[in-house]
Amino acid sequence: MRVTETWYLTLSAVLFAIGFVGVLVRRNPLVMFMSLELMLNAVNVSFVAFANKLDDIAGQTAVFFVLVVAAAEVVVGLSIVVAVMRRRPSMTADDLRSLKG
Amino acid sequence: MLEAAWLIPAFPLAGFALLVAFGRRLGDPVAGWLATLASAAAFVSTLVVFAGLVGEESESRFFIQHLFTWVAAGSFSVDAGLLVDPLAVTMCLFITGVGTLIHLYSIGYMHGDRNYSKFFVYLNLFVFSMLVLVLGDNMLLTFLGWEGVGACSYLLISFWFTSEANATAGKKAFVTNRVGDFGFMLAMFLLFHEIGSIRYADILTRAGTLSTFAATLAVVLLLLAAAGKSAQLPLYVWLPDAMAGPTPVSALIHAATMVTSGVFLLTRLNPVLAEADVWSRGLVAWIGAGTALFAATVALAQNDIKKVLAYSTVSQLGYLFLAVGVGGYVAAIFHMVTHAFFKALLFLGSGSVIHGMHDEQDMRRMGGLYKFMPITGFTFIVGWLAIAGVFPFSGFWSKDEILLYAWNADNIGGKGLWLVGIVTAVLTAFYMTRQVILTFFGRTRFYDATGAEISEAWSVRIDAVRQEMTAAEVARDKAAEAVDKANADVVKRSEALEAARGEVRQANAAVATSNPADEGHDKLVKTLDKAVKAVPKAEQALAKATDGVAAAEAGVVTATDELDAAVARLDELKARQPALPPLMVTARTPAPDVSEVADHLPASYEHRQEYHPHESPATMTMPLVVLAVLAALGGLLNLPFTSRLKVLEHWLEPSLFGHEAELGASAATKWVLAALALAGAVAAIVVSFRVYLRGRVRPEAIEKPVFAHAWYVDDSYADFFGGPGRRLFDLAAWFDRTIVDGAVRGTATVLSVAGRRLRVAQPGFVRAYATFIGFGTVLVMAWFLVGRLYLRQ
Repeated sequence: MRVTETWYLTLSAVLFAIGFVGVLVRRNPLVMFMSLELMLNAVNVSFVAFANKLDDIAGQTAVFFVLVVAAAEVVVGLSIVVAVMRRRPSMTADDLRSLKG
Repeated sequence: MLEAAWLIPAFPLAGFALLVAFGRRLGDPVAGWLATLASAAAFVSTLVVFAGLVGEESESRFFIQHLFTWVAAGSFSVDAGLLVDPLAVTMCLFITGVGTLIHLYSIGYMHGDRNYSKFFVYLNLFVFSMLVLVLGDNMLLTFLGWEGVGACSYLLISFWFTSEANATAGKKAFVTNRVGDFGFMLAMFLLFHEIGSIRYADILTRAGTLSTFAATLAVVLLLLAAAGKSAQLPLYVWLPDAMAGPTPVSALIHAATMVTSGVFLLTRLNPVLAEADVWSRGLVAWIGAGTALFAATVALAQNDIKKVLAYSTVSQLGYLFLAVGVGGYVAAIFHMVTHAFFKALLFLGSGSVIHGMHDEQDMRRMGGLYKFMPITGFTFIVGWLAIAGVFPFSGFWSKDEILLYAWNADNIGGKGLWLVGIVTAVLTAFYMTRQVILTFFGRTRFYDATGAEISEAWSVRIDAVRQEMTAAEVARDKAAEAVDKANADVVKRSEALEAARGEVRQANAAVATSNPADEGHDKLVKTLDKAVKAVPKAEQALAKATDGVAAAEAGVVTATDELDAAVARLDELKARQPALPPLMVTARTPAPDVSEVADHLPASYEHRQEYHPHESPATMTMPLVVLAVLAALGGLLNLPFTSRLKVLEHWLEPSLFGHEAELGASAATKWVLAALALAGAVAAIVVSFRVYLRGRVRPEAIEKPVFAHAWYVDDSYADFFGGPGRRLFDLAAWFDRTIVDGAVRGTATVLSVAGRRLRVAQPGFVRAYATFIGFGTVLVMAWFLVGRLYLRQ
């Protein structure tokens, strides 16, 4: 049984869906954050799969960018989440709604 | 040397900037000297440029100095550049020359004013604006100067803004001028549309390509602009009110320079006038002639020394329009220059009079001032002879030239224009003679009691009599009281007499009944004696009391008489009119009779007896002397005898492009016309002497109320704009409030309502946003997929 691109893409889609549902249903900001990372990496998987299939380095390059940007985003996002949690430990994402229109 | 042209406006601008920054610190009089220096430097620069222009060949006396690109918008661009040609330089020469003299004069005139340096800030800014106006090489730059002088005029008219009247006069000037500015702008747009440029170099050379209709329309619009700035019918109303400003301002702005800018504009654009239909030029001439005559009649009956000059200015400006209308551009510029000399002289002279008279402007309060201020008086007389057109003073030559061109202009009713012109000239000589006589000759009416003072003295006197009357009333009441008292006394005394008599009777009876042998008999007899003796005493007292009644009654009669006399005196005083000064005076008018109330005149009258009118300081008289020389000799600029003597005409030739009207009149006609004008002026002076110096004719025969009220033009404007006009403005205001503001407010309302609706989409839940993004992405992808699969096929 050969592992084809379809496998990778299926894995990517499943991971992405899990991440997406996680973002939607969980209220803990930290968990939502992890779900978000899951979605990003799901996309990375698909990028690598396509790069391999199409024999194009551009996909892998994109992955590097995503990794770097994700790392930066984690730094900013996590520090915000930590700052908020430190102030109100029982915090959920739904409580952060002061931008309500 | 022509390259120095930029220095001409630069100096006043620098003076303005310096004075804005340091004026207050420099103070009185250094700030004034600095401003004068800036203006004088501009004059010197003008002389340099003038010399440079003289050095050029006649054909190449048209020099444009490019300074910088001012406006660049697509194919439309405006440069800030200076156009140096004989016309501009002539204007610059008298703007800076007369301007410098007026600056110098102001140093003395404004001495001690609270806002001394501010005055010179405005003055320098004005000179700068005026120079930009005449030197600008395109219409927009001229318009910049045009608005600049308007703003300065506003600021200077209402310079003493704490008085309501001055502030109103400033506003009136500004608003009236806006009407004219509207014409300027439309003319500028029209010329740009037709010629594709607003540079004079293009307009002047390509005016020939204008259609007659466009040129005529442009002339009418320019006439509107010029009528506003140069105070012609029907927009003249601001100029007489503008006399509220300090006198040097009246001289600089409202006599010598700013008001000539309308004439300058028409002369500058003479090729456009040449292309226009002949009736539009006739309109210019007839408006000028009408204004000249109208203002001259009004000047006949003004009593304010500056108002006479103001209407005289309006009248002389009418002459300039008349000259432009009939194509006598040289005559117009000639008269403009000589008028700048003698009208500035007259205004500054009147300022000197006002200064020496403790701010008195009413000519009825002047008279006989020649002996107090000989320099002012002498120079004023030179100005008078010049404006009256007496040979050989400057006004004679320039006015004659205009009349000659008017006579020549047959296609627009030249003979009629000439007639109006000559009547105006006669009136001018008449009212100016009146002014000179009332101001400088005859009795010195300055010391006379004023009407207000006499009225006050009379009311004081009436009050005194009224007090006497009150006192008499009190005395009468007192006397009546005394009568009552005396009567009561009589009653008391007669009762006492009765009592005494009763006692006698009692005593008698007692004596009769008693036995003489008794012990008490002697005592009773004694009592009787005493009672009998008391009776005459009581009788005497009664008689005295009765006399007292008579005396008291006599007192009542006297007091009543006194009261009656006082009432009669009061009635008599009230019935008599106090001898107030007359409303119209001549040199022969006697002083109002104040002998009856001499003791009651208020303190202001006493103060005035100790004050004497005095000559002004040298900074004020020096400009007068210089201007007097110029006013006397200004005619040398353009003597009509031989072609070589017509200096101004040859000089201005390059600016006129051959559009100067051809004179067809023969030499004999010229001599006759000149002689007629001179005879008219002399006759007017003689008649004026008879009326105002000799008092042979009552002034009421000449100073009609309709003249004094300026033919009720101002009142009619007020009535119109207060009545039907007001409703029109209300309508416009309503339109603005409801339709224009409504549209603006409606836009705001729509946006705010939409915003309120859209707010709902922003719940603030992060997860909700994620849902939107997620499903949005799905939708977008679906759209692309569907597009790929179906729509592209």
